Amino acid sequence: MSFRTDLQRARGLGTAKDGTQHWVSQRLTAIALIPLTLAFLYPFVQLLGASGLAVHETYQNPVHALIAIGFFYTTFRHLRLGLQVVIEDYVSSRRARAALLITNALLMRALAVIAVFAVAKIAFSS
Amino acid sequence: MDNSNGSNRPLSPHITIYRPQITSVLSIVHRITGAGLTLGMVLIVWWFVAAATSPGYFRFVDGLLTSWAGLLILGGSLWAFWFHFFNGIRHLRWDAGKGLSLAQSTRSGWRVLGFSVLATTVSVAWLSGGLDNVI
Repeated sequence: MSFRTDLQRARGLGTAKDGTQHWVSQRLTAIALIPLTLAFLYPFVQLLGASGLAVHETYQNPVHALIAIGFFYTTFRHLRLGLQVVIEDYVSSRRARAALLITNALLMRALAVIAVFAVAKIAFSS
Repeated sequence: MDNSNGSNRPLSPHITIYRPQITSVLSIVHRITGAGLTLGMVLIVWWFVAAATSPGYFRFVDGLLTSWAGLLILGGSLWAFWFHFFNGIRHLRWDAGKGLSLAQSTRSGWRVLGFSVLATTVSVAWLSGGLDNVI
């Protein structure tokens, strides 16, 4: 049994240099999402089961479009940071951890871009 | 039991031997609801993509989301959202250095749980009333 501590193994390697940034971003997005989630959900939940026309009318209003874009951008950033910590905490296999971290980093950004494009397409269509 | 970092050092007694408490249970529920909301978000993005694609494709996706299975997932996501919302505010208060005592964090934990159930009930009641007018 090796009694070398984590500190002993890490000493001299320096820090990852982005821990504080991650922590701050997680909280900044959390604060932004308090009003954004409510402002997004209020019209959205009422549009479930409505016509495509009603959806277009709502999101052609720039206020609703901007709220939806802000919501998607911020939510997927918050989600990516949160899922990253969950993966780092619970996935111990180096190979699986790397694969999941890469998938998370790419997929959450892809979903944000796709969602923003969809809202923009509706907002700019006529 | 192996250490997650591959070292061979002895471990302290693990989480399974502790009696569940409101603080520890809500901590893990915060993570589960946060990660679980990924599914709800994917469905919402799919719905927006469908609305941006064509009226026919929108009807198909909107029909899936408002089917009983879709509403079950969205209803579960709604509770997960309200829980994560209120517990997130609890976390932000902790980050500000407030409400950290054992008594305060136990009380705020039960309060968050109550708020999440209340907010879900109220929003579902409001929404089903609204849907009655539409249908």
